[in-house]
Amino acid sequence: MWFLRVNMTDRSAKLEGVPAQYKNLGGRGLTSSLVAEEVPPLCHPLGPNNKLVFASGIITGTPANTAARVSVGGKSPLTGGIKEANAGSSWAQDLPSLGIKALVVEGQPKEKDKFWGIHITWDAAAGKPKIEFFDAAEYTGANLYAVFPKVYERFGEKISIAGCGVAGEFKYGNSGIVFNDMSKRPSRYAGRGGLGAVMGSKGLKWIVLNEKGSPGVPIVDKALFEQGRKKMNDALRTHDITKPKGGLNTYGTAVLINIMNEAGGLPTRNFSSGRFEQAAQIAGEAIFEGNKKRLGQELYNHACSPGCIIQCSNTWHDEQGKEISSCVEYESDWALGANCGIGDLDAIAEMVDLCNAYGLDTIEAGATLGVAMEAGVVPFGDAPGAINLIHEMGKGTPMGRILGAGTGAAGLVLGVTRIPAVKGQGMPAYEPRAVKGIGITYATSTMGADHTAGYTIAPEILGVSGKQDPLSPEGKAALSRAFQATTAFIDTSGHCLFIAFAILDIASGFEGMVEECNGVLGTNWTNDSIVKLGGEILKKERAFNEAAGLTKAHDRLPEFMQTQPLPPHNQVFDISDTALDSVYGEL
Amino acid sequence: MSVRELMIVRVRLFANLVQYRPGAKAGQPFDVELAAGSTLAELIAHLQLPRVQVKVIFVNGIGVSQDYVIQPGDEVGFFSPIGGG
Repeated sequence: MWFLRVNMTDRSAKLEGVPAQYKNLGGRGLTSSLVAEEVPPLCHPLGPNNKLVFASGIITGTPANTAARVSVGGKSPLTGGIKEANAGSSWAQDLPSLGIKALVVEGQPKEKDKFWGIHITWDAAAGKPKIEFFDAAEYTGANLYAVFPKVYERFGEKISIAGCGVAGEFKYGNSGIVFNDMSKRPSRYAGRGGLGAVMGSKGLKWIVLNEKGSPGVPIVDKALFEQGRKKMNDALRTHDITKPKGGLNTYGTAVLINIMNEAGGLPTRNFSSGRFEQAAQIAGEAIFEGNKKRLGQELYNHACSPGCIIQCSNTWHDEQGKEISSCVEYESDWALGANCGIGDLDAIAEMVDLCNAYGLDTIEAGATLGVAMEAGVVPFGDAPGAINLIHEMGKGTPMGRILGAGTGAAGLVLGVTRIPAVKGQGMPAYEPRAVKGIGITYATSTMGADHTAGYTIAPEILGVSGKQDPLSPEGKAALSRAFQATTAFIDTSGHCLFIAFAILDIASGFEGMVEECNGVLGTNWTNDSIVKLGGEILKKERAFNEAAGLTKAHDRLPEFMQTQPLPPHNQVFDISDTALDSVYGEL
Repeated sequence: MSVRELMIVRVRLFANLVQYRPGAKAGQPFDVELAAGSTLAELIAHLQLPRVQVKVIFVNGIGVSQDYVIQPGDEVGFFSPIGGG
């Protein structure tokens, strides 16, 4: 396999052999290692010295299931630190199938506001990928739903697409990298941290892959790989959360709305309460029942990417049975719903679709709208007002650019003191004052406020991997540390993080993940050694952040969470600085 | 022989558990009358919910186990196994 380096200064490309130290890495482990090694920590994230790195997981592109993940890395314009965001898409499988272990985008065009695309195919005669640049001017300034079909029309139905929307072109701190879903929608995002702006800053609009004729991903020990795959699949097909017609397949991720509301940890109206009185109207159960009513039949969810067993992506339909949006994820539903005081699923779905159309991260968009509502730009609960503000972001008006800068920046401009962000990144859908462990993850993660970095919600709320009292601070630093290290490995493996629900409860599933990786790579990893490897990845990310100027003072939650008790439990975030510092101090 | 006093409990069902109460909607509360001093396990039996499907229980927003002794006026939420993120 190769590293493909694309230089946007002169639109050149070269293939390099994979250096030995990177051979056993993939996904986040590889993007973070390359960024830590090659990007100057003090560079401007939107300047020529930042790099944008794409790497699929170790097992991605093999027959492994629920494993079509690609990581995207770089220095984040939102946090000023290292960033890894990942997504599920056929694109993730096609990149390593073409023999490309990592795609590194470097440099910057001298021409202002010009955009190009890259088309990568398999050159059978040469036995290597063929890379061609094309002018992408005709696709810029446009709704992604309008231009995606044109890309398919030009390059064929079998392609996969990565790109950025107008949010990336405007270089917003809130801008994701979009990938196609199974129905060619621009709906799967490596959303967090403004990596769309890094892509935009390099004048890169699309990376189009066509894997036809490509050799695929080599597997060193096929028997071991198959043994691991079977164990993993058995776990996924057995566990109540991940099995067909289980919790995720039936209700989607938005099933969490009700349980977080019951726990008093559903951030509402810009993190001013832990309960939303209209929660049940926007929850996963309401989506399932609403679709049933509007379509006249039950609708179970679909896969976001090829080979997924869990299949948690939903679709929301209007009164006439026409699709409004796919997918209304928990985070999006919360961010654009409860956090804005909006209890109307049709409006929420429309906002999700607009974020997808403009290239915005739904979490950052909703957290920013919450701050804007706090500032009185529009009132809480004003769905048409919120929709209009998203359009302003899409159009690049002055207000749109302020909001597009993200939660932290917009809050500062608008004079808001209650800004739910860490390292400038807006908080996701769990209230740290009601769920202490996730607050520790938000505070200390190398990514800024990020629930996926160490999902302690599993034991604190869901009863997965044991049960822990969400309101207690006891033992939570160690819990967050363990989850952060394990997660760094799962993000490296190529599996979707949702396999964790099954493999944290079913030991053979965890073994299966390790065996799949050993089978592909020929390594001898154990359950313990992969957690250690996850820890090493975190240390690299942490070192980059320290060199970029992020200190312990940045590993703190905003002041209001320590001083303003949150209803209904009327708790503050009472984790000591010593405990927060121990997360990485004792890694 | 003493007669146990009765009490009212407010209940909400979520996710897969809704199907065990005809006409119920997720999150829509209903009141149940049962003997004072009953446990959640007894309430689960009274509601004819499959016990293994009751994964998470909140009483007044606090997570509890099935041996919790219900107090008058408690608000109970029952969840089948769910996850997301």
